[in-house]
Amino acid sequence: MTTEHVRRTPAPPEGTYLGMPKFATNAKVQLGDNQLRKNLRNATGTIRAKRVARVAEVPEWEELRLAGEAIKNRTLRHLDAYLVQLEESLTRAGAKVHWARDAAEANAIVVSLVKAKGVDEVVKVKSMATQEIELNEALEEAGIAAWETDLAELIVQLGHDRPSHILVPAIHRNRSEVREIFLREMKLYGTPAPDNLTDDPTVLAAAARTHLREKFLRAKVAVSGANFAVAETGTLVVVESEGNGRMCLTLPETLISVVGIEKVVPTLADLEVFMRLLPRSSTGERMNPYTSMWTGATPGDGPQDVHVVLIDNGRTRVLADPEGRPALRCIPCSACLNICPVYERVGGHAYGSVYPGPIGAVLTPQLRGTSSEIDKSLPFASTLCGACFEVCPVRIPIPDMLVHLRHQVADKKRHHPGVEQTAIAAAGWVLADRSHFELAQRAAALAGRLLPGRSHLGPLPWPASPWTDARDLPVPPSESFRAWWQRTRGETA
Amino acid sequence: MRAEGLTVALFATCINDVMFPGTPKAVVTVLERLGCRVEFPLEQTCCGQMFTNTGYFDAAVPDVRNYVKAFSGYDYIVGPSGSCVGAVRHQHPMLAAHAGDEALAAEVDKVVARTYDFTELLVDVLGVTDVGAYFPHRVTYHPTCHSVRVAKVGDRPYQLLSKVKGIDLVPLPDADQCCGFGGTFSVKNPDVSVAMGADKAHHVLETGAEYLVTGDNACLMHIGGLMHRQRAGVRTIHLAELLAHTEGGAR
Repeated sequence: MTTEHVRRTPAPPEGTYLGMPKFATNAKVQLGDNQLRKNLRNATGTIRAKRVARVAEVPEWEELRLAGEAIKNRTLRHLDAYLVQLEESLTRAGAKVHWARDAAEANAIVVSLVKAKGVDEVVKVKSMATQEIELNEALEEAGIAAWETDLAELIVQLGHDRPSHILVPAIHRNRSEVREIFLREMKLYGTPAPDNLTDDPTVLAAAARTHLREKFLRAKVAVSGANFAVAETGTLVVVESEGNGRMCLTLPETLISVVGIEKVVPTLADLEVFMRLLPRSSTGERMNPYTSMWTGATPGDGPQDVHVVLIDNGRTRVLADPEGRPALRCIPCSACLNICPVYERVGGHAYGSVYPGPIGAVLTPQLRGTSSEIDKSLPFASTLCGACFEVCPVRIPIPDMLVHLRHQVADKKRHHPGVEQTAIAAAGWVLADRSHFELAQRAAALAGRLLPGRSHLGPLPWPASPWTDARDLPVPPSESFRAWWQRTRGETA
Repeated sequence: MRAEGLTVALFATCINDVMFPGTPKAVVTVLERLGCRVEFPLEQTCCGQMFTNTGYFDAAVPDVRNYVKAFSGYDYIVGPSGSCVGAVRHQHPMLAAHAGDEALAAEVDKVVARTYDFTELLVDVLGVTDVGAYFPHRVTYHPTCHSVRVAKVGDRPYQLLSKVKGIDLVPLPDADQCCGFGGTFSVKNPDVSVAMGADKAHHVLETGAEYLVTGDNACLMHIGGLMHRQRAGVRTIHLAELLAHTEGGAR
């Protein structure tokens, strides 16, 4: 056995997202966890109710949604121009701009920037982009410790866990689980939790604050993402609730922000729309507690060494598909996760991506392609109930996009026909023409007549079992509507 | 009555035609009671939604052609399903474009605009909310997702139900949440589908209703299939069948 690399930070779970089985298999495991279902039901129910109340206060909500959609659409249509403008503005303001085609390039840039600084740790602001490129693990491999400072991200990191929600990554944990994690892990990575730690949320938050304090004060480098990047001025925006972001963005000497290229907005004035849409959709608040905006480096104030890493990592591929493009409008708010009845039952881990829920089901297969089992199954992880579109602050037509992605997946399978293709072909033939349909109806009615006195069928073998394992199946009646019509009314149509 | 003499073409939908013929029969009963003349064009098969939503657009195109062939001659087309009517309106134009057939697309646009959910035809076209129904039972209504979010029938079903004589209409908790049917979702993700359906069934039982009513038999087959397995004792009924009941007619 080789000498083990001594880790600086808690190890995440074994395995990779791409190695995960299909959604239905993961979902079944998660469904078996009653505690998880209870945690999710409570958490999503609470946040849904808050969103409804806060949105109801804004009579022009629909106009705001339309404005948000329009601004993002225009930006995406001219993304090349806005990105160049952003780079010019950032450079003018004293920031260094780096371009990364994929996760590996982005990680290499961040690692080399941190190494050049001669430090072996960074503090982090919660960021989806760095989760997506798995920056923490890349830093760990380079001997650099990345400390998450958002409370929920800290719970996930200390819990050797993965995030299960975009906004509340530890939504799957309840407070007694959090207490156990803090007691067990904090002492291994810094200031320990007090011995008399209770599961009172205030007490838990105080323990996190104490644990993080020494890291904030010690850190020379911070890594963040950005909610918005303003092309006109080069201003980056981070929206947060805990103040940990503000600490990271102001205390260290070096600030490295990893920003997806879709985060650009043309002007500062555009923020007026998004700063109204985002908090109400996200946390169900009128305003979020902390909004940090910085424009390059300001002499004598805050980080003097400011870097922005603009990442593509599949985004231009999404942009190239007119049907898939709306996913890039996302201002990660999580409203679609909180409203989704599928997400509420299975949680985020079943989606095999840092982007779970409805938006993940349309974004992940586009960013990663559909060659793995999990990515192929994601477009089908929805009942197409449409609740996600209703709550989306930038009107992403998630149900239509899921159907579009299903078409792409089905099209790929065309060359390897299986049971599904055969069944679809058979049903397609039946319904393609009236005469075929009438033939099939006579067969169904015959089946009905062969089961006299039975209204329903109970458990049946495969292929009926996925339905009948838990649901009785009605027996077709002996006469179809069409047959009844022809018998009683004649073929008058 | 405005309905007098109005000719309405019935889009039965394939699932109702084969599995639940009582529903289109009830549509005929109610519309004829209101003075309409009902026709059933035999060329119709299906809205194609099962194919479209599973990703097989090509398999759905013949259904779009059948729909146009069956209904292009009518001013009023009615279907007792928010989901199938929603699919016709929302997906047929996309499927015609997918087929690259401009003539079909033009026909589709015309037919789609004349396609109504049963509740829309009653409330908007016929201007009726009291259809003379009598149903002396405790009933709860589940607004199916596609009827609300795709066909956008709004509160029309409640308007109709509230005018039914003898009815005890009780609200369904978490009514706006999906029942978990989701077409092929119900067999591709059976465990999640059943988990959602079980919660829906639980809420139905909480109401103490004798009947669960919806405007979509597919959702009803799912929730009803679960309740039947559990011997929950709650019966399921399509809105059209409920509205077909009159004081004289025995249940």
